[in-house]
Amino acid sequence: MRHALKEFALPVFAIAAALLLFGVLVAFAGVDPVEVWATLFKGAFGDWFSWQNTLQRAAPLMLTALCVALPARAGLIVIGGEGALVLGGLAAAALAHAVPLPGNMAGTAMVCLAGALAGALWIVLAGWLRQYRGINETISSLLLAYIAIGIFKHLVEGPLRDPASLNKPSTYALDAGMLIGGIGGSDVHWGFVIGVVACLGLGWWLRATASGFSVRVVGGNPRTAQLVGLPATRLILGACGLGGACAGLAGAVEVAAVHTNANASLIAGYGYAGILVSFIARHNPVAIVPVAILFGGFGAAGSLLQRRLGLPDASVLVLQGIAFVLILASEGLRMVDWKALGRGAFPKSAKSPKATAAAAPAAEAVQ
Amino acid sequence: MTSPINRRDSLKSLAALGAAGTLGGWSALAGAQAKPLTVGVIYVGARDDYGYNQAHAMAAAEVKKLPGVKVVEEENVPETAAVQKTMAGMISQDGAKLLFPTSFGYFDPHILAVAPKNPDVRFSHCGGLWTEGKHPKNAGSFFGYIDECQFLNGVIAAHMTKSNKIAFVAAKPIPQVLRNINAFTLGARSVKPGITCSVIFTGDWSMAVKEAEATNSLADQGCDVFTMHVDGPKVVVETAAKRGKMVCGYHASQAKLAPNAYLTGAEWNWLTAYKTAIEAAQSGKPHPNFLRGGLKEGYVKMSAYGPMVPDAAKKQADEIKAKMIAGTFDIFKDGIKDNKGAVVVPAGKVLKQTDLELEKMNYLVEGVIGSA
Repeated sequence: MRHALKEFALPVFAIAAALLLFGVLVAFAGVDPVEVWATLFKGAFGDWFSWQNTLQRAAPLMLTALCVALPARAGLIVIGGEGALVLGGLAAAALAHAVPLPGNMAGTAMVCLAGALAGALWIVLAGWLRQYRGINETISSLLLAYIAIGIFKHLVEGPLRDPASLNKPSTYALDAGMLIGGIGGSDVHWGFVIGVVACLGLGWWLRATASGFSVRVVGGNPRTAQLVGLPATRLILGACGLGGACAGLAGAVEVAAVHTNANASLIAGYGYAGILVSFIARHNPVAIVPVAILFGGFGAAGSLLQRRLGLPDASVLVLQGIAFVLILASEGLRMVDWKALGRGAFPKSAKSPKATAAAAPAAEAVQ
Repeated sequence: MTSPINRRDSLKSLAALGAAGTLGGWSALAGAQAKPLTVGVIYVGARDDYGYNQAHAMAAAEVKKLPGVKVVEEENVPETAAVQKTMAGMISQDGAKLLFPTSFGYFDPHILAVAPKNPDVRFSHCGGLWTEGKHPKNAGSFFGYIDECQFLNGVIAAHMTKSNKIAFVAAKPIPQVLRNINAFTLGARSVKPGITCSVIFTGDWSMAVKEAEATNSLADQGCDVFTMHVDGPKVVVETAAKRGKMVCGYHASQAKLAPNAYLTGAEWNWLTAYKTAIEAAQSGKPHPNFLRGGLKEGYVKMSAYGPMVPDAAKKQADEIKAKMIAGTFDIFKDGIKDNKGAVVVPAGKVLKQTDLELEKMNYLVEGVIGSA
């Protein structure tokens, strides 16, 4: 219970502090911080329109965050989800182009599967390079993302191009029957539900199944895992595959729910935003859901902030940056024994702010 | 600090209450007349990019000065579901009745998804090819024949180049870009037929590093006058100037960035299109679905000449410009070959600017070094 409280209170505290700091910043820029806070809330969660806006923005982030979270639980820092996403979108469009698919839900499921498969293979490649060739997976996955984008552009502007797409090279559009629509007439498409189900399902898998537990053991201490006879490499590749499948699925959903075809607009940075979401959720798939919604909210709020108060787009990036740094920094507070502090060990309390201050620049460097 | 606002608000509502009793119907009528037209402008990049988005932001800034118009803006909106939400938000949260989604990629599928759901809102898209019968009536597209300005850029470049090698840094080999490269080259070769134009495609609209690399590489090859078609020409202009080369600008004026290297430039003048759509919305006329224009119609304009441009060059460019404005000058005509030797415009044939064949261009003309 105490643990759960800490788990919840620290990020909330960090976000509140970020909002406060952001308020100070905008006040210096001559904007009323109270108005900014009110607009932020209104834009993100103020009414049904804002909720739809927020949830729709959150949908792809959940899946791309899983592409970071699952390998992370197996001990790998994979940051190349963008590559898996674009290849997933490409595979979905390519399959629909190459094979006549049924123009209904079955067709949708098949293009989604194709996307998931492409994403899985791409991230497994990064995992394989690490396990068998000793290449750092953080670097390789990032570089593989550039290669994926290169492949994507080459095929979309070349062999897979619909000749009718003159000034915006695109693949052929998916059959109208295969497109993913809104949930119950709203603007939020079913990709949101897919994201939530994936997060909850994979959270359950990590927590309650033997294989999920094994992955966590491998991530916690690979030596121990090998000593107790776990197939570490297989588990690591499996986690990479699942993560990549999620990002690839995100790409396929973007194609089927938003773009109708694969084109360069798909490369919108969802894969990179997912890194932030996963780190803030501490690689816990269940926690990814609220964090992704929070990020969707930032996006929605930023939109209204620009229109109502004329603030530049960068202002919300600043808020996101502050929130990210503070949440990472608040990790330093996790180790603090609050009881001991309460008992009056006063000199020790000087330690925590210092730790926070030291963590902040490091986190900033990451940014 | 909240109390004075509250007091003011309650005073207002008291006054309104009083007025409602006596002048109820009257004031409602007056309110309806004074209600400004809310116009939403959406940019794909930053408003101050010295390029594509800035050209639109400059027009939006002018629109703000018009009476009875309120402008809401949003920048850095990607061509994803986000732009659909921004459009819907401008409509439902800000009460916008006319939208200018300015990026090419906003049209299909995004405007096509939002427009049918909002039949009383007008959508004026920049760059797209609105088609009668295929696209919604409350949507439309506007664009300018900026290749006219690129032709004039080429004329000036030809007068200034010493190496007879000029350069073009381009984003993607799509019709709009190819048309500019070809016009620039044809303009230069109309002055000195021996000139070659080297082109490098960076692959996307905003690739600062690749744009700098391309500029440096072209400078190394001996090119000495540069122009470009990327979203933000800043990098190309500054890099070329640093290398001691000359530049012709694009989208907006980059003269401030390199006053000693900036010869002239091809600029958009979007205010013309914006005003046309706004006037139609204000007077309740049908939405102008298809707007196109060049120098003559005031959709595009040239940057002021730099101090280094000699009078002979200015004179020749101004003469051609006058002919373009008079409608007696055509760029694509009379036996144009592509750079592989095939005839793309047969002798005696003239393609007017409005010809839709030009919007499907897929070749580079003779004299261009590079491949589409």
